[in-house]
Amino acid sequence: MSTVKYKTYMTDAIGPLPFCPGCGHTPLIKALDKALVKLQLDPKEVVIVTDIGCIGLSCRYFITNAFHGLHGRSITYGCGLKLARPELKVIVLKGDGGCGIGGTHLLNVARRNIGITLIVGNNFNYGMTGGQHSVTTPTDGRTTTTPWGNVEGPMDLCATAIAAGAPWVYRATMFDKDLPDVIATAIEQPGFAMLDVWELCAAYYVALNELDKKELFSLLDGLSFERGLLADKPRPEYSERYWAAYKAGKSTVKKKPPIEPKYANTVTKQTGIFIAGSAGQKIRSTATLFAEGAMFAGLNATQKDDYPITVQTGHSVSEIILSPETIEYTGINSPDLFVLISEDGLKRVRSQVEKLPETCILYAEEKLQLPETNARVRRFPFSRIGRDVGRLSVAATALGTMLADTRMFPVEAFAEAIRRSQSPAIAEINVKALSAGAELAAKGG
Amino acid sequence: MGYEFIEGNEAIARGAIKAKCDFVASYPITPASSILHYLLRLVPEVGGIAIQAEDEIASMGFCIAASMAGRRVLTSTSGPGMSLYSENIGLAIMGETPMVIVDVQRQGPATGSATKGAESDIQFTRWSTSGGLPIIALSPATVGEAYELTYIAFNFAEKYRTPVFILTNKEIGVTKESVSLDSIKLPPLVERKRVPTGQDRYFPHYFESAEEVPAISDFGGEYVARFTTSTHDKTAYLTTKPEIIQEMIDHYAAKIDRAADDIALVKEDLEEGADILVISYGIISRSAAVAVRRARAQGRKVSSLVLQTLWPVPEKVIESAMCGVKKVIIPEMNMGQYLVEVERLAPPEVEVVGVCKMNTTLVSPEEIIERGGLL
Ligand SMILES: Cc1ncc(C[n+]2csc(CCOP(=O)(O)OP(=O)(O)O)c2C)c(N)n1
Ligand code: SF4
Ligand SMILES: [Mg+2]
Repeated sequence: MSTVKYKTYMTDAIGPLPFCPGCGHTPLIKALDKALVKLQLDPKEVVIVTDIGCIGLSCRYFITNAFHGLHGRSITYGCGLKLARPELKVIVLKGDGGCGIGGTHLLNVARRNIGITLIVGNNFNYGMTGGQHSVTTPTDGRTTTTPWGNVEGPMDLCATAIAAGAPWVYRATMFDKDLPDVIATAIEQPGFAMLDVWELCAAYYVALNELDKKELFSLLDGLSFERGLLADKPRPEYSERYWAAYKAGKSTVKKKPPIEPKYANTVTKQTGIFIAGSAGQKIRSTATLFAEGAMFAGLNATQKDDYPITVQTGHSVSEIILSPETIEYTGINSPDLFVLISEDGLKRVRSQVEKLPETCILYAEEKLQLPETNARVRRFPFSRIGRDVGRLSVAATALGTMLADTRMFPVEAFAEAIRRSQSPAIAEINVKALSAGAELAAKGG
Repeated sequence: MGYEFIEGNEAIARGAIKAKCDFVASYPITPASSILHYLLRLVPEVGGIAIQAEDEIASMGFCIAASMAGRRVLTSTSGPGMSLYSENIGLAIMGETPMVIVDVQRQGPATGSATKGAESDIQFTRWSTSGGLPIIALSPATVGEAYELTYIAFNFAEKYRTPVFILTNKEIGVTKESVSLDSIKLPPLVERKRVPTGQDRYFPHYFESAEEVPAISDFGGEYVARFTTSTHDKTAYLTTKPEIIQEMIDHYAAKIDRAADDIALVKEDLEEGADILVISYGIISRSAAVAVRRARAQGRKVSSLVLQTLWPVPEKVIESAMCGVKKVIIPEMNMGQYLVEVERLAPPEVEVVGVCKMNTTLVSPEEIIERGGLL
């Protein structure tokens, strides 16, 4: 016969349990102690996490680790501990009040199946704050906040947890003789386990509703909420699935080689460039490749994008700054170059186009109806040429034209940036589009 | 030297990984979401857990508990999420929890403009939770600094057992810049002070003098650990004794306040005989740099302070830089949230001028020059 190392997991160093005489939390906590004795777990491997509420006064009476957090949030601390150290046995003690204010955490721990044990000391009201009604207060129940009886309906915590996917759910009462064994079984579950323990709050719910043991049971029957083991469908715990998914999936972290400047450039001052087109025209990603091309030519770059929250519709505008110096102010008060590819883009930047200075060169799709502007306008068949090369390459064509025309840096640097980031097949299409754009520039707009 | 073209949010994620971050929980919100996206991919590569929580309250709950279990944790959000972080920020202070909290600020109040920048949360961060105790907040100005300061934030968090905030901005978070992260010099990595093995018992909040940072034993470690949201003594047991409660409160305040010099990161660019001082931080410090350069080119004597540490206020540096100047100009993307701190420190004869704007656009160098009266 093995020796019993731990005869109790409780300490009386700070005195006896603090609950009112007849409070259901007392037998519950004692049952938890017996369950731990049965399991003989190392106190250092057990964490008792408590909510705020009378129930939350309990963790300091244990010799295990104790984590006493905010009202309604104990499940989140339990999950954090379990995710950080899966070898810990995490037992969360929460009231019915905590289940109400932190309802989303109950749904989500059940859904995720994080392997903590949740024990609800459910006494149908808020004991700690003076007997107000909770999400489990029965209809017509008297509480300090339902002076004429509760007009709301009670939530079935177990059914809720099961609906959310909890693999192990049990409903007990403070009077159950086998409560320690049930708690031990709950703690032994590898996945999320919830135990709803119906209790009496001697100070409030009992006093206001004249409830005794018999009436508690008739209350149970009246609500027709089931008791006993209500769910026992084990499924893989969260951490197991997390690591399995990670190992099965290919690493999505792409490591691109850094950009080592190797081309020359002709840019002598900070240059602000706008590129305006439509969603789906690869404006933003092509603008990035363009800026990276400039970096291959030793320039500094910044990029900001503007697009609707509904990303697959409407405009897509990128602002690029290129400079031989460190770029400080990242706004473009007066653009030097403007590339206008589509109607959506024009709609977005129309007022800016109207205000462009004569120093700005505007490279515009030839079909667009442009507003009055002082910019030097050059028109090109970007969309026709882009389409000839391949779908989605109009931005590469337009930027190729602008680059070849301004000679800020070699077209090859842009091509190198494209090849650095894209798969060979896609890169070839874009490099072709870029060259076609550069040829357009040679022909003149 | 190789370069990359990355946004500030990626730099934050990479700075966190460089600082050995191995636990992340966040709830999506523009313009902070991509920090979570990057870290969801990067953190498992270093054996850590990154998870999208059900809300910001859970993000904080997961992170606080994981930190007390020995992880190096980060959570990221924007203004609306900061509101939901509030109560748990207090818990992290109360439990002396090392953690990094990133706020990619956007235009508030309320939902404001989700995709537009601002510095909405400078004072909110300082006073974000009940109790009014000091916190640490750092503010990067560039993508490179987003990387560097995130790394340093982990060091401060672990060193001082406290939440450390990164107050960045949409204008850095989702702006790409050419940067060479590998060439950024970083200080040595700081690990939390851990309780030596073989002690009789663990006091979660043990200190001799008020400013001393208590050593930790992680949950799941050699000692039984305790943590509580309630007023407690050094053993983390609840107490109602006023003298012990005051001793603990003094400790929380002193460990930050008395370390203010160590925490103060300020870029000083002072000019002999300057009669104007420009104090700036974050993205707008870059507009200030242009404005200061232009003013100097016109023969104006101007000094500049760029604050990387916003909280605790680097008072000594600010006070000494204000010596002898007639005017201080503070440009901000809000209605003057840091202005009040400088006003509080300024001698009566110094004029303090805020160049405040909160319309989603950057404060430009021209605005600083004109509205600040720099020229
Ligand atoms: C955010 C927040 N709101 C309100 C409270 C006040 N409060 C403390 S305990 C409690 C209810 C506790 O009820 P329950 O969870 O059922 O525990 P019991 O006292 O019945 O054991 C409330 C509302 C709080 N501590 N925090
Ligand atoms: S108020 Fe109610 S829940 Fe609290 S200790 Fe007393 S009987 Fe128990
Ligand atoms: Mg209750």
